[in-house]
Amino acid sequence: MIEIKNINKSFSGNQILHDISISFKKGEINLIIGSSGSGKSVLTKCIVGLHEVDSGSIEYDEREFTTMNFKDRKSIRKEIGMLFQGSALFDSLTAEENVKFPLEMYTKKSQEEILDRVNFCLQRVNLDNVNHLYPAELSGGMKKRLGIARAIALNPRYLFCDEPNSGLDPQTGIVIDNLIQEITEEYDITTIVVTHDMNSVMETGDNISFIYKGQKWWEGNKHEILKTDNKELCDFVYASRIMQKFRNI
Amino acid sequence: MLSIFYHIGKYFLLLGKVFKKPDNFKLIRKQIIHEMVSLGIGSLGLIAIISLFMGAVVTLQTASNLTNPLLPAYLIGYATRESFILEMAPTVMSLILAGKIGSNIASEIGAMRITEQIDALEIMGVNSASYLIFPKITAALFFIPIIVIYSMFLGALGGFVVAMYSSGMTIEDYITGLRYDFKAFSIVYAMIKTVFFAFVITSIPSYHGYYTRGGALEIGRSSTKSVVYTSIVILIINYVLTQLLLL
Repeated sequence: MIEIKNINKSFSGNQILHDISISFKKGEINLIIGSSGSGKSVLTKCIVGLHEVDSGSIEYDEREFTTMNFKDRKSIRKEIGMLFQGSALFDSLTAEENVKFPLEMYTKKSQEEILDRVNFCLQRVNLDNVNHLYPAELSGGMKKRLGIARAIALNPRYLFCDEPNSGLDPQTGIVIDNLIQEITEEYDITTIVVTHDMNSVMETGDNISFIYKGQKWWEGNKHEILKTDNKELCDFVYASRIMQKFRNI
Repeated sequence: MLSIFYHIGKYFLLLGKVFKKPDNFKLIRKQIIHEMVSLGIGSLGLIAIISLFMGAVVTLQTASNLTNPLLPAYLIGYATRESFILEMAPTVMSLILAGKIGSNIASEIGAMRITEQIDALEIMGVNSASYLIFPKITAALFFIPIIVIYSMFLGALGGFVVAMYSSGMTIEDYITGLRYDFKAFSIVYAMIKTVFFAFVITSIPSYHGYYTRGGALEIGRSSTKSVVYTSIVILIINYVLTQLLLL
């Protein structure tokens, strides 16, 4: 479980996050949704420590992250897997080497054991025969899956996904959503997904936080979101014609 | 003006991160070898061509200017050797490497920053500055002095080829000049300069790449800036070290 309390963050005097408090539950997919520029990516980067918060607290299973020293933070970061929007795969390394990287960096396993784990992770995300291909040789969906394979290599307790299906066709997007859901349930981890894709929201939204202008505007699940009368959330959810038609049925 | 101090401070803070104890020595060693191949061996061809031709041209120009019969012909070889050991090989080759290696480093690290690969390293708990920059600096400190010595030999060889086919001097005169009044300290001086230059050639572009913000355009800008600043710093260090070591 990750709990953030009263998070504030500003850049050069411009306040981006205002007093945000959210509980991200274990074994569930926790969605952070909001329109572009609402502050959801900044919030995620604050939670993982890529940005320092101005005030507030972040607790990883009751371990306070914001006041930790570098060494302690490092131990928490080893428990975090992250899938980036652009996958952030190391382009000078092959698919196999990408997944191998955290294992070689932090474990004392033999090369044979590492290779077994790499193959297991690649098979878990349904990537076969790509071990020796470079990221540039993979399709968008394969890159995302490889990103997930790298993220789960060290058996993380927390999984962060920043817009996991951006740039993917709807079918591949659903495949990625389902994969994230399966992994979350299988390993009983705390998963946080940042998205503005309504397909993802309706597929996987167990615990949804809507961020609007840097504030937590609404909280609920995929069933409640369709019944909300919150104006800003309705504007976001029913922005597309399909969703508007769906609302009118 | 103040921004210069801001960047100098930030540069030294980055170096502080670079020289922290690495997370995994085995991986760092692997990276150092990789960088030696990519930065060092990849530059050998270019340095060979430039050194051979520059050696030939320096020899030709010296020969064309030493027309006074009172001046011995071996001075041509002597001038070629001195100019290559003292300046051409360490300084000019370092300036060339600043263009080749420097732009490569700045754009490589800059692209990693833009595509969030550096963030991915940080999330994994890896000291990204140390993992990316330390192997480049170490590889350069080891490999660039070798490249400079290689350039000295090839410069002398370029002059030798000219001596073989030129009517203005004989091979014997040229070789006598190469050996005349040789001071081993000149090599020490060249190596001291080279070590400083090697550090600058890798660390300044790394700094520019590491703090790249924006997109493809900014990668290009970082690359250009890194070459300009590295060249300026090389020239300043060259002046200071020459003043300190030779006078």
